[in-house]
Amino acid sequence: MKASDRDLRGMKDDEFVDILEERRCSSDLGHAFRTFNPQPYKGGPPCSAADLNKALLDSHFLHRVVKEVAMETGSSQEKVMEEAGEILVEMSHNLHLPFIRLMGYTFSKVIKRLFTSIFVNMDGLNTLQQAVQENPVILMPNHRSYVDFLIISYILFTYDIPVPVIAAGVPLAEMKIVGEILRRSGAFFIRRSIGSDKLYWAVLSEYVRGIVRHGFAPVEFYVEGLRSRTLKSLTPKLGMMQMVLEPYFKGEVFDITLVPISISYDRVLEESLLARELLGVPKPKESTAGLLKASRVLQEDYGSMQVNFGQPLSVRKLCEGKINRSYYNLVPRDLPMKPSAEALACVSWLAHVVVGLQERGSLISPWSLMACLLIQEPTTVLAEQGLLWDDLTEKTLWLRKMVLDFGARLNWPGEAPNSAVMSSAISLHRSIVYLKAGRVYLTQEEVPLRRHRISPEEGVFRTAVPVLMLAAYRNQSLHALVRPAMLAMSICITRSTQRDELFRFFCFLQEVFANEFIFIPGNLSQDFEEACLCLNSCGAVYISEQEVRVSEQSSEVITFLQKLLQPFIDSYQLIFRCVCEEEQVQVFTEKQFLAAVRALALKLILSGETESELHTYETLSSDTQKNVLSALCRLEAVAKLRTSEINEFKVNKAAVRRITDALCGKIPPQMLQAPPDARL
Amino acid sequence: CVICGNAWRHEVMKWNGWGYSDSRFLFNKKGQAEFTGKRYKLSGMILPALKDWFEGTFGASLQHKSPATPLLNTSAVQAPTLNQDFVEELKSIGVPFSHEAEDRAFRGHGHCLHEIFALREGKIGRVPDMVVWPNCHNDVEKIVALACKHNVCLIPYGGGTSVSSALECPPEETRSIVSLDTSQMNRILWIDEKNLTAHVEAGIIGQDLERLLNESGYCTGHEPDSMEFSSLGGWVSTRASGMKKNIYGNIEDLVVHIKMVTPQGVIEKSCQGPRMSTGPDIHHFILGSEGTLGVVTEVTMKIRPVPEYQKYGSVVFPNFEQGVACLREVAKQRCAPASIRLMDNEQFMFGHALKPQVSSIFTSFLDGLKKFYITKFKGFDPSRLCVATLLFEGNREKVLQHEKQVYDIAAKFGGLAAGEDNGQRGYMLTFVIAYLRDLGMDYYVIAESFETSVPWDRVLDVCRNVKARVVRECKDKGVQFSPLSSCRVTQTYDAGACVYFYFAFNYRGLSDPVHVYEQVEHAAREEILANGGSLSHHHGVGKLRKEWMRETVSEVGVGMLQSVKDYVDPKNIFGNRNLL
Repeated sequence: MKASDRDLRGMKDDEFVDILEERRCSSDLGHAFRTFNPQPYKGGPPCSAADLNKALLDSHFLHRVVKEVAMETGSSQEKVMEEAGEILVEMSHNLHLPFIRLMGYTFSKVIKRLFTSIFVNMDGLNTLQQAVQENPVILMPNHRSYVDFLIISYILFTYDIPVPVIAAGVPLAEMKIVGEILRRSGAFFIRRSIGSDKLYWAVLSEYVRGIVRHGFAPVEFYVEGLRSRTLKSLTPKLGMMQMVLEPYFKGEVFDITLVPISISYDRVLEESLLARELLGVPKPKESTAGLLKASRVLQEDYGSMQVNFGQPLSVRKLCEGKINRSYYNLVPRDLPMKPSAEALACVSWLAHVVVGLQERGSLISPWSLMACLLIQEPTTVLAEQGLLWDDLTEKTLWLRKMVLDFGARLNWPGEAPNSAVMSSAISLHRSIVYLKAGRVYLTQEEVPLRRHRISPEEGVFRTAVPVLMLAAYRNQSLHALVRPAMLAMSICITRSTQRDELFRFFCFLQEVFANEFIFIPGNLSQDFEEACLCLNSCGAVYISEQEVRVSEQSSEVITFLQKLLQPFIDSYQLIFRCVCEEEQVQVFTEKQFLAAVRALALKLILSGETESELHTYETLSSDTQKNVLSALCRLEAVAKLRTSEINEFKVNKAAVRRITDALCGKIPPQMLQAPPDARL
Repeated sequence: CVICGNAWRHEVMKWNGWGYSDSRFLFNKKGQAEFTGKRYKLSGMILPALKDWFEGTFGASLQHKSPATPLLNTSAVQAPTLNQDFVEELKSIGVPFSHEAEDRAFRGHGHCLHEIFALREGKIGRVPDMVVWPNCHNDVEKIVALACKHNVCLIPYGGGTSVSSALECPPEETRSIVSLDTSQMNRILWIDEKNLTAHVEAGIIGQDLERLLNESGYCTGHEPDSMEFSSLGGWVSTRASGMKKNIYGNIEDLVVHIKMVTPQGVIEKSCQGPRMSTGPDIHHFILGSEGTLGVVTEVTMKIRPVPEYQKYGSVVFPNFEQGVACLREVAKQRCAPASIRLMDNEQFMFGHALKPQVSSIFTSFLDGLKKFYITKFKGFDPSRLCVATLLFEGNREKVLQHEKQVYDIAAKFGGLAAGEDNGQRGYMLTFVIAYLRDLGMDYYVIAESFETSVPWDRVLDVCRNVKARVVRECKDKGVQFSPLSSCRVTQTYDAGACVYFYFAFNYRGLSDPVHVYEQVEHAAREEILANGGSLSHHHGVGKLRKEWMRETVSEVGVGMLQSVKDYVDPKNIFGNRNLL
């Protein structure tokens, strides 16, 4: 690859290698039976899955908890211990090299069929190889597809690095045969809702800590907790993160290495399934039969996949000055105790840092850039008149330059001409758009022949599926654009040029959209600074000590970025309106809330009343709806009532209206709450 | 010089290194290491393996030398600030004193690395302005009274083996500083065979005390590693600990009565009852006061008959973790021998490097056989195994019985008995290791040791994390060669253990090695505290570790100590500024 090509792709110095290339020209069986001889971990000898389980059942920690639980429930300690044993049986991995080989063989067959290439950064693997010898390593990939699940193990096996044990959901374990294969490939299984089950928490946390303490096998888990249905990062879950870090806080290991891993897909296998789930079609239960049925997805082409191993992070270095480890000095090591507030804040901060690095390590595909542009067109235009292909390609190249200016990593194939790159992206995504006579149209599912008419609601649904898919692919680029976009939005809404005013509004936006976009806590000023520099780098604004002024020539940048965030603003405003509209209702359940929002959105789309219909399609996404509810709770405009089994919410309409007003610029920025870390 | 006692000291002791002038390590013309002199078992011996170990471990080379300034340049010593009235009155009471540069410089330092390093470079900082040699308790009373009257600063000086910067003169001190050298107060005043106690002047040096008591068939059993040079008064004022504390106890268990002269007068108890319930034990204001409250002049100590039989021993463990588990079990069963110490793998290797030339083919054959047995037959990994050294004491029958008990426990943790020789060599190492530091400093290698005490459940964590921290800090601070970072568990208690760390590195390429070393040591101490270790087990706080006192004993604790100081010594006559 020539230097200029590399710059074009935005991959900088990293050497990405297609690991499928070798698989296509040598035997998969040979690969599966390769000598697997990873460098040993310096911190101690290997320990088998059985040893690990035994150490857990013998641990003082577990015995203390068992005693407590027995006291509380009135059953005998033996019985509780038995229960703990059962939990462990359900949970524990049973990593066996032969199964890794079997898995490797099958996986080779499947992924060669699905993907044209799998790019992996070699220097990332090299540093990882060093890191696994030194300290316990935690592999932290983002989670966009079920394919993520074993790809890391597969790569590590291929490159002689100890294969990880992987945190998975119990439903996977319940799949016939597959569950057992996963278990023997290193998966351990966690229940979805643990609630206040003390014994379960104890077994789980001690199990995880045990693996980290032994350190010879990396631990892999998804800090986002779930697969992201929107392809956007999710707010990190902290339970697992805390268990993993605790051995460091307690001084049981010298350091822990976190490795953020960014997995990006040209096309996600579950794309339409995810869109349907967002529209309220329930997710099919994981089952082996379902997996076999889904095998028709194997017939299609999913382009390439990129796995970017990030620089290893030293927890010790990151926590310097943030954690007082002597907190544990005056109590027995194995006493179950709550982490300090300081430790919790640190865990949360670290989790956000990792998610941030996952985002920065992700490669943006040409298709994602195109999606950013396509989704800004009104739906009716896309569905009926179509968009001029030449316009789209020209704008895509413009956007490519801009995101490169912003410092994003791009996956733009350097060998082929640009037009070929873009048209192949379109053809890869023919489930969403298609190209006909120089125009691009939205693909809509065909109406079954038997039925002559479809209801208007069904019509909306038919359009909504590809639109939400399009939105998801747009989301793949958002991490690179969201900071400047928020600044652009602040400029458009406040009409201010004053830096401090813009900063206040910027902070307000971050606060409102904290569930949509992941920002590192306490990083507001840096985020704002970055936004200013981005806009400045592409000539959209001039910045000085006091002011941020839009340049006349480049208003299209500001307009584009504003339109990028507009769907979020519109969705939130609509849902705020919905919450306030219901005159008599003060208290509602989540179910009622979702139904009401859905009904209102449908009504508005069908009436054609809203100015831009497309934007409100995203309001139909249950993900957006739930995010708004969390945002309202966080902003204390809605209070969660814990009176019954089902969560109920009580709305403070005045507070909601205040947010609504602030969001459309009716409240001057200086009246907004001062940001917590205003250091401007 | 006024009296011969101090001349004696100068003649036989190094002025810029550890111990006796005639005893030192050097690499001879053949490049072989040898230990000079006649004082130690190792003296006059060739140590063939040391060079390879030294070069291999530190990346040092015999070609790269960093020799010390050979002689003290007296002109580098600042002229004394004398309080003339004090000097005049001192003359009138007839207490010997000196303000010669050598005498003063000799008493202006302890044995911290930065102190010795500076001396080797010929750098002398603030030193006492004069030295006085009281001959007895009454002399001390007179000197302290004069010091109060004329407002001079007194710094008590015993054996000079401090490793906490306790003997450094505070640079901010403007008064005349007088070093009060207790070396002439070195008599055993009486031995009480009925109560098994001895009343001793506090200036006596450890080895003299043991020798003199041995002549009457007794011993104190208090054997800190520094006992060749450290003094009884020093032990009391730093809360010293001896190697054989498992039988005899630490200094606080050994003292029955203490007499100390303070600016407010003499503090002592009225009787020698073995235990009293009379409020907080006033001995505990004195023990560990580090010369900030007064001068300890006389001590009544417990004594024991010299043991009939002594036996060394050693056990090899497959790894350090097993070794610690064994020590923990021994402590749990309360059957610790007089001494039990566990060295880590690095120190085990180090110990091997100090093996003297083998005289017969037979012994080297035996050694080879042992090695084969342990590594090949028993499958111990040479890069993981570690060794515990043991010392049993008592009557022969009981020792043998005790020995069996301990070896049986060791066997449960995979330990293999590894002979008396290894054990004995381990203890000998204790006395010569300080000499080795001087050898290292001749070749760009600096080294230091530090210690802590820690609960059993944290022993392994502290050992691992501190060793790793030292390695990481050295790397971060630009040390070009990988350091030696090693530890050993040296004492066991019911609820924890004492851990000793050694670290050393080759400083070639560093512009300010002492600063780097200080940063590393500081970081290592932070790591110890973060992992639940104590600020010090027996070295004391001095000025080196003062900054952590508040977090160690709490705000109120510091206030308590401060109020005692304020009452006892309101004019800060004992102004060495240790501890608080």
